[in-house]
Parts: sequence; structure tokens; C-alpha cells
Amino acid sequence: MYTFSNNLKIGSFIAMAVGFICLTIGFVTAPSTVEEAKAIVAAAHDDGHGGGHGEEATGHTEEDAHGAAASHDESHDAAHDEHLLHQLQNRPWSALYVAAFFFFMISLGVLAFYAIQRAAQAGWSPLLFRVMEGITAYLVPGGIIVFVILVLSVLHMNHMFVWMDADVVAHDKLLQGKAGYLNPTFFLVRAAIFLGGWIFYRQYSRKLSLAQDESEDNTNFVKNFRWSAAFLVFYLVTESMMSWDWIMSVDPHWFSTLFGWYVFASMFVSGITVIAMISIYLKSKGYLENVNDSHIHDLAKFMFGISIFWTYLWFAQFMLIWYANIPEEVTYFVARLEDYRLPFFGMLAMNFIFPLLVLMNSDYKRVNWFVIMAGIIVLLGHYLDVFNMIMPATVGDQWYIGLPEIGGILFFGGLFVYWVFNALTKAPLQPKRNPFIEESRQFHY
Amino acid sequence: MASKVIQALYTDDDVLMHAVKKVRAEHHHIEEVYTPFPVHGLDKAMGLEDTRIAITSFIYGCLGLTVAIVMMNFIMIDDWPQDIGGKPSFSYIENMPAFVPVMFELTVFFAAHLMVITFYLRSRMWPFKKAENPDVRTTDDHFLMEIGIHDNEKELTDLLWGTGAVEINVTEKES
Repeated sequence: MYTFSNNLKIGSFIAMAVGFICLTIGFVTAPSTVEEAKAIVAAAHDDGHGGGHGEEATGHTEEDAHGAAASHDESHDAAHDEHLLHQLQNRPWSALYVAAFFFFMISLGVLAFYAIQRAAQAGWSPLLFRVMEGITAYLVPGGIIVFVILVLSVLHMNHMFVWMDADVVAHDKLLQGKAGYLNPTFFLVRAAIFLGGWIFYRQYSRKLSLAQDESEDNTNFVKNFRWSAAFLVFYLVTESMMSWDWIMSVDPHWFSTLFGWYVFASMFVSGITVIAMISIYLKSKGYLENVNDSHIHDLAKFMFGISIFWTYLWFAQFMLIWYANIPEEVTYFVARLEDYRLPFFGMLAMNFIFPLLVLMNSDYKRVNWFVIMAGIIVLLGHYLDVFNMIMPATVGDQWYIGLPEIGGILFFGGLFVYWVFNALTKAPLQPKRNPFIEESRQFHY
Repeated sequence: MASKVIQALYTDDDVLMHAVKKVRAEHHHIEEVYTPFPVHGLDKAMGLEDTRIAITSFIYGCLGLTVAIVMMNFIMIDDWPQDIGGKPSFSYIENMPAFVPVMFELTVFFAAHLMVITFYLRSRMWPFKKAENPDVRTTDDHFLMEIGIHDNEKELTDLLWGTGAVEINVTEKES
């Protein structure tokens, strides 16, 4: 049995507390009137002069031109000012949402990986099932938090999803056309169905997994196999729809057919990375005696392969839109290339070039600190990926990785660590009666 | 290399593995082992060095990527930068997404083909090459271990019979 180390527990509480404070500051300092919003932008502008922030320095000239243009026709610029106010108000909400979704997505990615391992009857991974089950435990609180944020959005607490605003829809033919799918009630019903299905599978599979340890035969294992295969079908459909609903719909004028796969690749690789990192951590504490280099090697191979799969989808989406350059589609990338150049290409370096070069060598995949280092970069890269998917639509060029963003990461990171490691203490870390456990114990590559 | 060799035949890969370990433990140099299929772990038991073919493949891949970039930069950007369908041919980076499929394929092409050719060269395989097969049964269901003799024929024969060999031949090595 695993005992939750006190340092880790205290660390996760501190992270949650600090994150909560940062998020609160973000919400309190968000402007509530147009005048405050303008004052904030003007202040940020002044800071840029003396400050040494590389980011602000690059965006500086644009902002200068922008300010000059704004002062020209101040009289009929009320709409623009309101837009700015909404962007600034959205910032703490988006920071909260990006971080909440990112950690939720990790546990969902792990759940998909877990179901695949069960459905494929993989012989190497049963030793890691309890680690995966521990990580997917976060699905329950993480999913509920994401759902609550969506409900608050529907209740007009923020302006992240413009199609939820009846006034906007009234003046927008495109959104009216999509209202059959994108309407608040149906949106929440769908979200509830997705989350209900995922959480049900997670809880039921965990129950069967624990029951298998105590049982006399393999009926629980076979049942789990069947449920996992069925879950994968359900997951594939719902994950795709979830990515349209929760992510693509922040840009409701834009659509992309492979978006669901793209989001899937991102969550899958983050999930596998977290499995590898937590396994290495638990092994270093002496809790996973039977996990050997070869298991880590396999996980690192998955990290490597799925990172490249992610890049493939990223590029397939980017290149098709860039090549055809149809105005209604390309605005998505124009916004990102102009205002988000560094995070946009930085994420590509972190999610593709870095794992490509670091994890290519077979020997390096067995070196624990190499896998941890690559894992940290991959996770940061995929946080940026979610950041790049949400922020341009909600805060536009008013983005910055500051207190609310870091607060969001700390808060949900702390909650994630607390919940996952707490779940790991609930059951022995090595399944007893899994039919493949001996093969997994002997696994050698 | 000894001119006379002793060839021990086995009919089971597990027996062969144990024999190889035993012969190595007695400090005899195994010149070659012939098997009808890859025996997992045989290279480790024989103490062979790891292959470096993956490293050559990586280098060939880098070469292929360079060839693709240099070629397309010359053709599309330097030599005749036409406006083809509004694609920006002012610099390589501006039109790069359109070149990526070619860059990728040439990387894979060079990495794969040059590695295969390297493999053929290093393992001396080519059409019309005379097969180096001491016993035809080794391509079907027998395993053969070949050890050079240095005035120790009797000792080696006893050792090999002890490891479960089904047949032992002493022959002149033609080279």
C-alpha cells in the first residue's frame, strides 16, 4: 500500500492556496467598467517602455500603432472599448478554464490509454493499471469543475463563449444557423452526457479491477475487457464532440474537421507523460518494485510516438488552412500568428522538436531523469497548446502569462496531485489476480 | 583464424543458448552461429557488440532533410521565384509549410534506403553472392555453432557433446 508522503501533501496544499490567491487577485483586478479597462491597457503600455520583458517589447510597436489609431476615431469606438473590456474580464476566467481543462484532459487521456490497454489485452502494462486508475480518479472533481465553469458561462458570468450571448446571436446569421447545435441547454445536456459516460466507465472499471483481485475466476477481468472496448467507441464519439463544444466553440465562426483528433492527441500524450512521471516517482520511493526499465522505456516510446502524432495533426490542420487560405478559415491562424507568435511556435518546439531529439535514442528512454525532463517540457508544451486554443478567442491580444494563468496551473496542479496521490493510497499498487500480471512482471524489452 | 573448425549441430534454440553460454564460460572463441531464425538474446549470449545502424540511419535522415531544403530553396526561391497561386516565394521560411511534405518524405527516403544499403554492405549481401552455409539444414531446423580448433580437438569435442549437440563435424575451413 502506498502512503501519501507528508511533504507532497503539504506541497499540494500550498500550491492550491497560492494558486487560489493568484486566481482571486486575477478576478479582483479584472476591470468592471470600460474606463477601468482602458486605464489597464494604458498602464500596461507605459510599463512596456521601461520594462525589460521580451514579450512586451516585441508587441510594443503594434500596440503603439493601435493606440494611435484608437485615439483617431474615439467617438465611434464604443464597440471596440466594450470588446476590450470583455477581453480583460475574460482573462481570469480563461486562465481558470485553460488550467481546469488541462488537468482534466490529462486524466481523460489516461482513461483512454487505460481502456486501450485493457481492450488490447496488453501484456506489459497491468503493473501500471493502479497508477492509471489513480490518475483517472481526478476525472470526477476535474470534470465537475469544468462543468461548473461551463454552467457559469451559460449563466453569463463571463464572455468566453460568444454564442451564449443572445444579443450577439441576434445580429449574427452564422451563429443563428448553428443555434440548433450551439444553444445553452443542449450544450449543458451534452456536457453532462459526456462526463456522465466517462465517469461511469472510470468508476465501474475501477470497481471491476479491484473485484478481480479478490475473485476466484476471471469474470471481472472479462467484463472489464468488454466495458473497455465499449467505452472506447463511446469515447471516440464524445471526445470529438466535446472538443467542438468546449474548445472549438470559443471560435464559433471557425471549424475544422480534424479538431477532435488534434485535441485527443494532445490529451493522450499528456496523459501518457503523467503516467510515466508518476510511475518513476513511485518507483523512486520504492513502491513499484516490479516496474523495470522496460516499462519506462515503453511509456517513453509512447510519449515519443504520440508527440509526433500530435505534430502530424497540428501540421495537417495548419498546413491545409494555410495552403488554401480561405478567409473564413484562416482568421483562426492569423490571430494566432500575429498575437501569439511565441507561444504558438514555442509550443511546436516543446511538443515536437524537443521530444523528437531527446526521446529518439533507445538508451535515453530508460534514463529516468531524461524521461522526467522530457515529460516536464511536454506537459508545459501541451498547457501552451490549450492556452493557444482558448486564449486568442477569449482575450485576444490582451494575453499575458501572469498571476491568473500561473495561479490556475498551481491551483489545479495542486488539486490534481492531492487527488491522484490520495486515490493511490486506496488500493495496493500491484494488482493481484490480473491474468497478465506475471507477463507484466517479467516484461523485458 | 584457425584453418580447422569444429561444427556442433543442435536442434533446439534453448539448448543452443545454453551451449553458447557454456562455451563462452570455458573461454573458447565462437567464430559463428548459424540459425534458421533469429534467436532472441543470442547476440547478448555471444557477447556481440550492439549494432550502430540506427545511428547511421539518423545521419542519413539529416542528409535527406538537407538535400530537400537545399534543393527546394534553390529551385523555388533562388533560381526562379515565380508567383504560383499567390504562394509567398520571397524566402524559404515564408513558403515552408508547402515544402514540409517533401522534406519529410526525403528524410524518410534517405534514412530508409541508405540504411538498407549500409546493411547490405556491412553484411556482405548482394545478388549472385555465393551462400556461406556450412550445412543446408541450418536454414530449416538445425542450429550450428562453429569454433576454431587450436590443437584442442578432443577437449572441444567432449565439451560440445556435453552441451547437447546432436552431431559434431570437424572440417577444413575454406576461405
